[in-house]
Amino acid sequence: MSVRHGLLALLAEQPRYGYELRGEFESRTGSTWPLNVGQVYTTLARLERDGCVSASGASDSGQQYYEITAIGRAEVTTWFTTPVRREDRPRDELAIKLALAVASADIDLEAVIQAQRTDSLRALQDYTRLKARAGSEDGADLAWLLVLDAMVFQTEAEVRWLDHCESRLLRARRAVTAVTPVKEVAR
Amino acid sequence: MSVLVVEDVTRTHGSGDGAVHALRGLSLTVSPGELVAVMGPSGSGKSTLLHLAGGLDHPTSGRVRVEGVDLGSLSARELARVRRRSVGYVFQDFNLVPALTAAENVALPLELDGCSARKARRQAVDALAEVGIEELADRFPDDMSGGQQQRVAIARALVGERRLVLADEPTGALDSTTGEAVMALLRSRCDAGAAGMLVTHDARHAAWADRVVFLRDGLVTDQSVYLAPEAALRP
Repeated sequence: MSVRHGLLALLAEQPRYGYELRGEFESRTGSTWPLNVGQVYTTLARLERDGCVSASGASDSGQQYYEITAIGRAEVTTWFTTPVRREDRPRDELAIKLALAVASADIDLEAVIQAQRTDSLRALQDYTRLKARAGSEDGADLAWLLVLDAMVFQTEAEVRWLDHCESRLLRARRAVTAVTPVKEVAR
Repeated sequence: MSVLVVEDVTRTHGSGDGAVHALRGLSLTVSPGELVAVMGPSGSGKSTLLHLAGGLDHPTSGRVRVEGVDLGSLSARELARVRRRSVGYVFQDFNLVPALTAAENVALPLELDGCSARKARRQAVDALAEVGIEELADRFPDDMSGGQQQRVAIARALVGERRLVLADEPTGALDSTTGEAVMALLRSRCDAGAAGMLVTHDARHAAWADRVVFLRDGLVTDQSVYLAPEAALRP
């Protein structure tokens, strides 16, 4: 996840200070990707170095405000309008795990798949409840609902993929045991 | 008390070498307020389980109890009465009678059970109000959207005293958003005290359940139980 672009997008709305950026980021995304305040300040320092933001005075309590520059605005627009490339996402540990489990004689691949499916469904149950709760409140929080939807659909895709892995595995196993009889029938 | 108790049930179709073991000693309970989703590949026994729970099929061995009544101990006539009075069904293709209005469709099982037309109508309109479509009471199914028809079907499943709703892919014919609204409704009817069992292959819809049961070759292989965050925090 790009903290840099997340902060820039928030600064494109209005000048803010570090703590405020962190709070705003977390409330928009439902604390799904918590940020620590150190991360926020190092990112702001880099953004300032790159000319994307500039310091713009302090609040009454001495908090340093940052505002976005023309360069920063251009960068955030590019970010919003450029699709996220699949290869820029982190490696899929689950796919790697299953790929390695296929060749490993003492691992029960079906059990690995089922354990993962149960766990993913439990996560899906949590997201669904959160969504039901968020959607039933007055003035439903659209940003939070979109984030929850993203997690729901990603998890659903994972469960479907696991179903697919399982049936592929069973078919492969059946093909191995059925080779001889199939030939006999054909003759 | 559990509304549905399935106890060590087997169901075998055919005999000898060609016998198909649809269920092999499966046990499951559904309590009031609980929605249970059943998932599994085709041939895992999902539909057989639903048919047994609704008294539409008989187990080869084991027992099925609905509201404490052992379905195996009933005559055909008594069984038909349990099906009318205690169990409601929701199907993928809604199964409403096209010549009857929404209210008449919902009132039908009550009238078949000997309830007066007036009382049946009143209960039907109440049931439609509970699923949020009281204003559609006098519409015919053809004049309703798929989502509205499925709401009528859920009202029909739970009208009167009925507390067990059995749903077979209830969102199968609906688009994603409408399907979700139907699941939210089923969830809320269960939160209001009904017991629900849902067969689906769609994880996103199964996730509305309190428990997701995975069937494989006629047995429960695993289940995913929703823990309310508050419950999870308790020691």
